[in-house]
Amino acid sequence: MISVKNLHKYFGDLEVLKGIDAEIKEQEVVCVIGPSGSGKSTFLRCLNLLEEVTSGQVTIDGEDLTDPSTDINKLRTKVGMVFQHFNLFPHKSVLENITLAPIKVKGLSQQEAKDAALSLLDKVGLADKADVYPDSLSGGQKQRVAIARALAMNPKVMLFDEPTSALDPELVGDVLQVMKDLAKEGMTMVVVTHEMGFAKEVGDRVIFMDEGIIQEEGDPEQVFDNPQNPRTQSFLSKIL
Amino acid sequence: MLDALMDSAYIKSLPFLWDGLKVTVGITAVGLFFGIIIGAIAGLGKLSKSRIIRAIWTVYVEVVRGTPILAQALFLYFGISEDLIGLNLDSFTAGVIAIAVNAGAYIAEIVRGAVYSIDKGQHEAGRSLGLSQKQTMRYIIWPQAFKRMIPPLGNQFVISLKDTSVFSVIAVHDLVYKAKQYYNITFEVFETLVMVCLLYLCITIPTALYLRRLERKLDV
Ligand SMILES: Nc1ncnc2c1ncn2[C@@H]1O[C@H](COP(=O)(O)OP(=O)(O)OP(=O)(O)O)[C@@H](O)[C@H]1O
Ligand SMILES: [Mg+2]
Repeated sequence: MISVKNLHKYFGDLEVLKGIDAEIKEQEVVCVIGPSGSGKSTFLRCLNLLEEVTSGQVTIDGEDLTDPSTDINKLRTKVGMVFQHFNLFPHKSVLENITLAPIKVKGLSQQEAKDAALSLLDKVGLADKADVYPDSLSGGQKQRVAIARALAMNPKVMLFDEPTSALDPELVGDVLQVMKDLAKEGMTMVVVTHEMGFAKEVGDRVIFMDEGIIQEEGDPEQVFDNPQNPRTQSFLSKIL
Repeated sequence: MLDALMDSAYIKSLPFLWDGLKVTVGITAVGLFFGIIIGAIAGLGKLSKSRIIRAIWTVYVEVVRGTPILAQALFLYFGISEDLIGLNLDSFTAGVIAIAVNAGAYIAEIVRGAVYSIDKGQHEAGRSLGLSQKQTMRYIIWPQAFKRMIPPLGNQFVISLKDTSVFSVIAVHDLVYKAKQYYNITFEVFETLVMVCLLYLCITIPTALYLRRLERKLDV
C-alpha cells in the first residue's frame, strides 16, 4: 500500500529525515514512536506531500508521489490525515466540516454527502452533534469529528499524528476506541503515538525513529518489552 | 424656546454644512470602495510566493504609509499636470483617488494580517482532504479571514472619513471647506466649527459603537 524508499527531507540545511525505507501493507496498522524532534511528523507529512520530499521515493497505492505528473489533490483523497490539534473548520458546522470535501472534490450532491456524513457521525458516536459548531465540542469530540471528516473521502490509508496527545486523559479512551474499530475493519493506518496499550492491542508493527532514521522496528510486544537498540531502550525507559 | 434654538447660529449653519457633509461621505464611500479592491489585491500580492510581486506591493504600501495624505492629495491635484498624463484631475476625482490609494495601502495590511492570522493547520487540513489551493483559500481561509477584517475595515472607514478633511486645500467642497466658506461670511466661527465637529461625530460615534458590538458578535 505504502512504499518508502531512501526518503530524505531537508529544511534548509537541516536534514530531518536521513534515508527512510518502509513498506506498509494493506490493512496493516503501524505505530511510529520516537523522541521529540526525531522526524515522526515530518515522515507522516511526507506521505501526503504536506511536506515536499527532498529526495527518495514514496509510492501510495501504486502511484509515485514524487513524480511531477501525479495529481496530488486526487492522491490526497486516498490518504486521510488526522492532526494533533484537530484543525476542524471553526466557521462550519460539524456536518459541513465533513461534507465540504466530498462535495467540492468528489462532486457528491448535498444529500449524498449528508447521508454519508451522518452515518460516519453515528459511527464515531456523535450523531447528535451534526448541527453544532466545533467550538462547543470537547477535545475528544473534536478529534472524533476530525476522524469522521477524513473518513468521508473514503481514504485507503489513514495517517494519525499524535491524535490523543492534546486531549485530557479522560477523553483519550473514546478516540482510541474509534481508532481501534477502524483498525478492526481493516483500515491501513500509520499512527504516531505513544499510547502503548493501543500499539500492543491493534498495532501490527512498531517503528522507533530517532534522529531521522528508523532505529528499530518490529512486533509491538517485542519492541516495547524487549527492545534491542540501546536508543530504543533509553527512550522507552524515559516515557514509561 | 424652540424658535430661539431654530434661529441660533448653530442651526442656521446646518443647511450649508449639509452639502459639505454629503461630499465628505461621498468621497469616503467611493474612495473606500476602490481602496478595498486595491487593498485586497495588494494584500494578497504581499502574500504571494513570487518575490517580485511581494516587493512591488511592499513598495506601494511603504511609500503610501510613509507619506502624509495631504502631500499625496497635493501631488495628485497639482503635481500631475496636463502634459504628464494628458488630463487634469478635478478636485473630487483627485480626492477619491487619494483616499483609494491611501486606504488601499492600509487595507492591504489588514487583508494580509487577517489571512496570515489564520492557523496554518486550517490550510493543511483543507489540502489533506484533497481540496486545491484555490478551493482551500475560498472555502476555508477567506471566510475566516474576512470575519477578522471587518472590525479593522470599519476603523479604516472612520480614519478615511476624517482624512478627507485635508482635501479642502485642493478645493474639494467637503465639510471643512464649506465651513470655512460659511464663517468667512457670517463670522460665526465658533458656532460653525462646533457644528462641523458634531456632524463628524454623528457618523464616527455610531460607527464605533456598531463596530464594537459587531466585534463581540463575531468574537474575533
Ligand atoms: N517547517 C519546518 N521548518 C524548519 N524545520 C522544521 C519544520 N518542521 C519541522 N522542523 C524540524 O524538523 C525536526 C523534526 O520535526 P518533527 O516535527 O518531524 O519531529 P517529531 O518527531 O514529530 O517531534 P514531536 O514529537 O515534538 O512532534 C525538528 O528539529 C523540527 O524543528
Ligand atoms: Mg510531531
